[in-house]
Amino acid sequence: MTHATGYNFAYLDEQTKRMIRRAILKAVAIPGYQVPFGSREMPLPYGWGTGGIQVTAAVIGADDTLKVIDQGADDTTNAVSIRRFFARTAGIATTERTEAATIIQTRHRIPETPLAEGQILVYQVPIPEPLRWLEPRETETRKMHALADYGVMHVKLYEDIARFGRIATTYDYPVLVNGRYLMRPSPIPKFDNPKMHMSPALQLFGAGREKRIYAVPPYTAVKSLDFDDHPFEVQAWDQACALCGATDSFLDEVVTDDKGGRMYVCSDTDYCGRRREAQEAAQ
Amino acid sequence: MYVAVKGGETAIDNAHRLMAEERRGAPATPELSLDQIAGQLGLAVDRVMTEGSVYDRELAALALKQAQGDVVEAVFLLRAYRTTLPRFGASEPLDTAAMAIRRRISSAFKDLPGGQVLGPTYDYTHRLLDFALAEGGDPAPAALAPEPLDAAMPRVADVLGQQGLIEDNPAGDESPGDLTRQPLNFPAGRDLRLQNLARGDEGFLLALAYSSQRGYGNTHPFAGEIRMGNVAVELVPEELGFAIEIGEIAVTECQMINQFKGSKTRPPQFTRGYGLAFGRSERKAMAMALVDRSLRAGELGEDATSPVQDEEFVLAHSDSVEASGFVQHLKLPHYVDFQSELELIRRLRAGKEAAE
Repeated sequence: MTHATGYNFAYLDEQTKRMIRRAILKAVAIPGYQVPFGSREMPLPYGWGTGGIQVTAAVIGADDTLKVIDQGADDTTNAVSIRRFFARTAGIATTERTEAATIIQTRHRIPETPLAEGQILVYQVPIPEPLRWLEPRETETRKMHALADYGVMHVKLYEDIARFGRIATTYDYPVLVNGRYLMRPSPIPKFDNPKMHMSPALQLFGAGREKRIYAVPPYTAVKSLDFDDHPFEVQAWDQACALCGATDSFLDEVVTDDKGGRMYVCSDTDYCGRRREAQEAAQ
Repeated sequence: MYVAVKGGETAIDNAHRLMAEERRGAPATPELSLDQIAGQLGLAVDRVMTEGSVYDRELAALALKQAQGDVVEAVFLLRAYRTTLPRFGASEPLDTAAMAIRRRISSAFKDLPGGQVLGPTYDYTHRLLDFALAEGGDPAPAALAPEPLDAAMPRVADVLGQQGLIEDNPAGDESPGDLTRQPLNFPAGRDLRLQNLARGDEGFLLALAYSSQRGYGNTHPFAGEIRMGNVAVELVPEELGFAIEIGEIAVTECQMINQFKGSKTRPPQFTRGYGLAFGRSERKAMAMALVDRSLRAGELGEDATSPVQDEEFVLAHSDSVEASGFVQHLKLPHYVDFQSELELIRRLRAGKEAAE
């Protein structure tokens, strides 16, 4: 596809990209720390991935291959829209194959296929501040981060256990990065949290509306908060994927009729499709 | 069946084509021109220019046409255009005292130098639907004043200022910030606060201003002056070193005068709240001035107990583009999060049943 005329490569002007790259470099240097940046108004709505788009626009080059997923799927409406945006403004190659992508922009999932060195995973972040629902004021939460004063989050998790017998946070599960900063992994299911730990890929997080960028550099410790007697655990399903039979992937529940019929399928469409292809080839 | 929950590229294209068709309306009806929108829906254009922070009637009219008259969507379109424009300089401060007045009223003084000038206004009209307007036709020509307006139209706040009855304008920062280039940090400072309020959603500011009048943070305001008209925009090009006029813009300015009983460091005097908007945007300018004054609570040593006095609350939520995007992002798929919650609820319920 050719570039959209009248706009710079990947939409943003080079000065803006430089400003964003500086924020990214700072974010990489201080893993998990939220770096304020001069987020621009994008031609896509806030809350629909403007942070991720700006980060991707700042790091993408002409020879990059981009994959965009939403809920793990390449063909959900917003993923299609963002992939088209870059195909149109940057003329870059796109792919649905996780291992063929150099940059993967994601909303709410980490691909099931393990990432490799050299890949960049760009997360779209709605609310970057892990303490926000416990303390609404930015002036306060910045102080709490400066002092590594995270007791309030432990109390919240403890209260869950006291009330429900277990930690009742299922997505956007708080993590401690490199033993220092408390970080919101964006609303990925906690099922995906272990994939962040010591990942060989660079993980960048962009929050456009809230004007923050943060990062987890490759091979960085990412620990999901827990207690000795209530260790962190991920979701498990009794079913396997109805399409590919996977038992190790995150499953979406699909309502098939109004009589309680359900089927469970992989949320990662690339992973599911590739498994089915392999099964068909084997037959 | 599984495919049904996914949106394909074709579906998106088709949805956009359908929307374009709906926007056009009945093909037999003549299409709206930008001139018609800019000329006959002028107040909508003014609002889109103000909240979109671009003074361009034609582009604002285009945005309104493209958005089918949805003002918030039109503001978004204009903002997304604005973000790519190069910045080649900053203008000198507008001299609103030298405004070519079209309207100027004060509710604080019965008469004042230059007089009260009503100009074009909906005030005092009876809000009866005008069925004659449905038919169309040219209105009776407006009456011409017997003599031109006074050349001197001093600002009411300046008149009060000469006697020290109102505070001096709070000292301004030499180089004001720009929240479209730098992230907003708190405390924001008055320059960024005013920029934020000028771009802020009129409905949001109106409701906040109203809340301040109903006891949620009282500002004891008087509409010291509202003036609307054209002002010159001047720029000092580096290579010239002196100001040149690059054009004129229409603005509405509101100076609220507010009671202040004094504090340990300040004598009793009137204080200011300031509102400025493009075009004829009187409601917006007044609401902005009330909110501006309310947000000065901390600076003036007043108890900040209400939402309108809370800088983080007001500035973080005033922008309609941010608010509209984030509220409407709930339309995006959330299957994964929802699945996680479903699984938790089922487990919690199973645990409870087992316990019983």
